[in-house]
Amino acid sequence: MESPQLSSLYQQLILEHYRNPRNKSELEGKSVEIHMANPVCGDEIRLQLRIEGDRIVEARFVGQGCSISQASVSMMTTLLEGRSLEDAKELTRRFTAMMHGDPDAAKDRELGDLRALQGVSKFPVRIKCALLGFDALQEALKQSAGGAQH
Amino acid sequence: MGTSTSTSAEATPGPPSTREASARRLDAAKLRTHFPALDQTVNGHPLVYLDNAATSQKPTAVLDAISSYYERDNANVHRGIHELSRRATVAYEEARGKVARWIGASDASEIVWTRGTTDAINLVAGAWGLDNVGEGDEILLTVLEHHSNIVPWQLLAARRGATLRYLELDEQGRLVLDDLPRLLNDRTRLVAVSHVSNALGTINPLPEVISAAHDHGALVLVDGAQGAVHAAVDVQRMGADFYAFSGHKMCGPTGIGVLWARRELLQEMAPYQGGGEMIGVVGRDSSTWADVPHKFEAGTPNIVGAIGLGAAVDFLAEVGMSAIEAHERELLIYALDRIRDVPGVRVFGPEDHRERSAVVSFTLGDAHPHDISTILDMHGIAVRAGHHCAQLVMKHFGVAATARASLYLYNTKDDVDRLIEGLHQVRSVFG
Repeated sequence: MESPQLSSLYQQLILEHYRNPRNKSELEGKSVEIHMANPVCGDEIRLQLRIEGDRIVEARFVGQGCSISQASVSMMTTLLEGRSLEDAKELTRRFTAMMHGDPDAAKDRELGDLRALQGVSKFPVRIKCALLGFDALQEALKQSAGGAQH
Repeated sequence: MGTSTSTSAEATPGPPSTREASARRLDAAKLRTHFPALDQTVNGHPLVYLDNAATSQKPTAVLDAISSYYERDNANVHRGIHELSRRATVAYEEARGKVARWIGASDASEIVWTRGTTDAINLVAGAWGLDNVGEGDEILLTVLEHHSNIVPWQLLAARRGATLRYLELDEQGRLVLDDLPRLLNDRTRLVAVSHVSNALGTINPLPEVISAAHDHGALVLVDGAQGAVHAAVDVQRMGADFYAFSGHKMCGPTGIGVLWARRELLQEMAPYQGGGEMIGVVGRDSSTWADVPHKFEAGTPNIVGAIGLGAAVDFLAEVGMSAIEAHERELLIYALDRIRDVPGVRVFGPEDHRERSAVVSFTLGDAHPHDISTILDMHGIAVRAGHHCAQLVMKHFGVAATARASLYLYNTKDDVDRLIEGLHQVRSVFG
């Protein structure tokens, strides 16, 4: 009954993160917080990072929205802790490449659970949902880099 | 429908009362053949179009009127002496007359062409509001309003130091009329209220709102974007001061809409925008204005849009508004019955179908409306998901978004059945 494209979009792992999001809570002692929203559909998140030196020590988020946006940000936070800012930037680049249909990026083990979102690339109107968390991350990295220079 | 705009004058039907003397039943299956866009497959399934509250599909009569105008009569209006300009002007003004008769206006000069409902409301806020709303004055809105009937008033209130007040909703998304006496006072200049809610389908009790507003000397603007679509409107009997609606939700093209107001009120109002066509005599420091409605139509108007909307009105008259209303009512009752049987579905809006229009706003378990919409789309079913430009309504119900299926004259029970099947697919994904 169900189309193969649909089952590739709504993988169990995505629904599992949607229902049991990781790292979903307010972060004590955050160094940066970015609010990112999609005004078209009302999805929104607040991404909170605690950064020490050039390293992300903790990543948390709060938010609401569709399964794709919320699962994506949940998966993303599990990969951020302990990473350097440079690494986080690279992760964003790889995930964005996967969303734009790069087959090599989709095989990238570095992307962890995020690989489950590969099917989103076939749904152009939903790609922005999957990128909501990474848009916030990019902004957070930009602000942190700016802060470090002062 | 007429083959060229020059013959359409003879084809103009009479007023709705004579056109719909005999109660007709609408054959939706046959009607569908007039809408080419409905005849396609989407993601491998025949299209089921249930996003009519966003915009309707267009019948060939409208598409033909548009292409025939461009193929034969295209010229600027009210400016040329030549034959094409004459034909374009006649067709453009004839369309105004059709719309005037359609909504029961006393004269075609009470029909101002706008880009749509939003533009019409902004026209009132700009042309009437700036001169008639001052510091300490009040504008009464309702929580049910579309953003287009909230934000123009926020902009006006900020510029003029006025205060906005809101009529609240009950748990079924109906206006709490008991609050009216408390909210209206002698500082209330305007009550802006929708005819029918786009987010929930609630049909508002306009007679009560209008008479209470008038008792306090306030004018009433009715946002008819979802109202003029589903039932015959008679603006004189309704008794509001402004009525605004769009062409594209009622088989017409996008980019054309209407502001209706009594002629005297339009005459008292200052112009909205300055430019060509709206002037009488232009001097170095000041100018005089054209008479209404042209005073409000600066620049080359959406000529083909007006002609297309005129053709849409002819089409709807031929089908019959009472037949459309009866068909939609029957379909709505069927849709509400079936959707309420789907486990996990929560339907928003009035429980009594008589208090609502053919809009079904719902959520399904913990599936987000965007996910519902994507899964339905994969089965060829088009619904809207989101806040429907009614964030105050969403907040009232404590949800971020809903899915919305909206029905129109060409929808059938089969379409509703397909929607229900689709919702079971959503349940199997999110089960």
